Amino acid sequence: MPKCDAEKNQPKLGVFKFTSCDGCQLSLLNLEDDLLALGQALDIAYFPEASSKMNPGPYDLALVEGAITTEEDAHRIRSVREQTKVLVTIGACATSGGIQALRNWADVDSFKQVVYPSPHYIHSLKTSTPISEHVHVDFELWGCPIDKGQLLRVITDLLAGVQPQVPVESVCLECKRRGNVCVMVAKGLACLGPVTRAGCGAICPSMGRDCYGCFGPTEGARKGPGFPPNTTSLANYFHSGLQLIPVDVLRRFRGINGYASSFKQESERWDKKT
Amino acid sequence: MKEMKGFVALRDSGLGEAVASFNSLASQRGVCRAGFSLMTYERIGEDLIVCLPGGSHLAPSVRSPYDVETLVPRMRGIGAMAAAGEIGVLSRSDVQRIFDTLSSKGYRIVGPTVRDGSVMWETIQAVSGLPIGWRDHQEPGRYRLEQSGSKDLFGVVHGPQSLKPFAFTPREPLVQIERSKDGFTARPTPPRQEKVAIIGARACDLAGLAIQDQIFLQGEYQDTYYATRREGLFIIAVNCTRALQTCFCASMDTGPCAKNGFDLALTEVDDQLLVQAGSEAGSDLLSVLSLSPASQELTREGALRVDACAQSQVRRLDRTRLPQALYDAHEHPRWDDVAARCLACANCTMVCPTCFCHKVEETPDLTRQNSAHARLWDSCFTQAHGYIHGKNIRPTIKDRYRMWLTHKLASWIDQFGTSGCVGCGRCITWCPVGIDLTEELSVLLKPSEQRSTSSRQQEASGR
Repeated sequence: MPKCDAEKNQPKLGVFKFTSCDGCQLSLLNLEDDLLALGQALDIAYFPEASSKMNPGPYDLALVEGAITTEEDAHRIRSVREQTKVLVTIGACATSGGIQALRNWADVDSFKQVVYPSPHYIHSLKTSTPISEHVHVDFELWGCPIDKGQLLRVITDLLAGVQPQVPVESVCLECKRRGNVCVMVAKGLACLGPVTRAGCGAICPSMGRDCYGCFGPTEGARKGPGFPPNTTSLANYFHSGLQLIPVDVLRRFRGINGYASSFKQESERWDKKT
Repeated sequence: MKEMKGFVALRDSGLGEAVASFNSLASQRGVCRAGFSLMTYERIGEDLIVCLPGGSHLAPSVRSPYDVETLVPRMRGIGAMAAAGEIGVLSRSDVQRIFDTLSSKGYRIVGPTVRDGSVMWETIQAVSGLPIGWRDHQEPGRYRLEQSGSKDLFGVVHGPQSLKPFAFTPREPLVQIERSKDGFTARPTPPRQEKVAIIGARACDLAGLAIQDQIFLQGEYQDTYYATRREGLFIIAVNCTRALQTCFCASMDTGPCAKNGFDLALTEVDDQLLVQAGSEAGSDLLSVLSLSPASQELTREGALRVDACAQSQVRRLDRTRLPQALYDAHEHPRWDDVAARCLACANCTMVCPTCFCHKVEETPDLTRQNSAHARLWDSCFTQAHGYIHGKNIRPTIKDRYRMWLTHKLASWIDQFGTSGCVGCGRCITWCPVGIDLTEELSVLLKPSEQRSTSSRQQEASGR
């Protein structure tokens, strides 16, 4: 990981948006008090969501939000990569293709016909793909949206010139540390927590809801070390233990991070059973 | 020779006759039949000393060759207390007196409370905070509460939490580090000492806490953070009179009767509670409460119900050939089978009363002038736990499950002199896919012709 040039001058930060809802960029703005400290530690050179002053590259650090869904996106991400030392994807869209990657299993043209009165104005690719399918990514930060504390941690670590330290363990550890009752065991909900990466603070189970995997698979996700999580055992238990019919098992895995490799493989396994 | 009140202690030579006699008595009273394991309290020399509650109803030919003076100092639990006549009685409607006395002594009272479909430890002011009338049903991967309509205070056996979080807390800030001109300063951030009275701990929880104490407090390096939290605890145990499907404490010799490690122990017998002290602090509280002594009848009934609870346990763990048999099973094909089911989600280790693994997390601020150094619950099932110096020594789920179970049930014995399992059954219930270690162990201890994939792969690659 190239060290950001913190000693000489303020490192230059660029925040770039592709196909996305802007929620992850808002996590950056939601840093509030820390945002002031961030403004002192970094030169926020390009961040159209926050400021109309847009300074040109090159950038020391780029935070990239959104998936690649158009020809223009695919062209622009290469340009961002060329101008950037350290490129970090933020959020599910940039990291796994996002919810819009559901189109990868469907026919985009038929969607256009249904949704738009003049579908010929819409120029989009047939797929929604993560940034890492197009350019080299230095670090991927998961979440829909990302956790602002994790974002601050990643920036802090990069500024210090070290590998960002965010956990790749399951959501279950966060649940148990928080003192939550397991919603799968006590309520029979089909929770993706056991195969989903920690980082959110177990928000959904804390509210009595099942995790739907918005932080992506645990270890073994695209850039992660090690092996993919055991989605097969969990999916089998959803079916045999919690009586989900195959299409419902498929839908559990084909969600916000449905195009992340291990979730994708699992949903496709259940596609064959429906 | 003095008779023990309501009990008889036997040499193992007299067991057969005694058990037959007890069973006939038990069937008349509609309780479970007696077995051998449930009534074992102590071993004296070569003799197995067995206490049969309701002993005075037994045939005179099976009476004890031991007298009270010999036996009581060697015995623990309800039998010893009954024999020594140290059990008080409190009616259910008066249990609030315990709360009030503890409050007046400055304790924050924590008890099981119904939350989100289970029970969790919460601060409570009054008896009404307890899960009155509720019962838990536990099986592999499933937990359900049911309101029975009874007035039982302690009908719920347990929730996912043992006593672990009280002393070994999930997140413990250790040190605050500040950069200085010529280096850095580290300021310890010890927890605030607090008096906490826990009401409703079970025998398995006490056994788990004893193991945590051994890890954090004994030996050369005492953990002051743990010690500070631990010192403030006043523990009121409840003897179990109802076993869950997942319980196997009787086979681990840790319950269902609380033997030691408590300040007070309660046994709920319908609308009355037997109260016994297990420590000086407990005796002090007992004297403030000035309870009337429990009748022989009631004490006998309490002991009978606790023993019936042990007898009704449907799971057991065969420890006779451990640790060696599990070491010998290192290449058993069952490890592949369980690894195919295990999610490596770490729930079993989080709910385990004895799992003590932790990691230290460093949280620097953006200026890099300050950093918070904290200890977090960790698990041997995570990716990072097996990572050392550029290599992961437990990359697969199979490696991790095998390491966990072998440590828990076998190498723990070599390391600490006891099993790492207390038989609470939480890892069975709270495993999202219902993996049952008692079942895994029983298969692993059976010899198999097949070998595991790892040994086959090693052979194929010529290693």
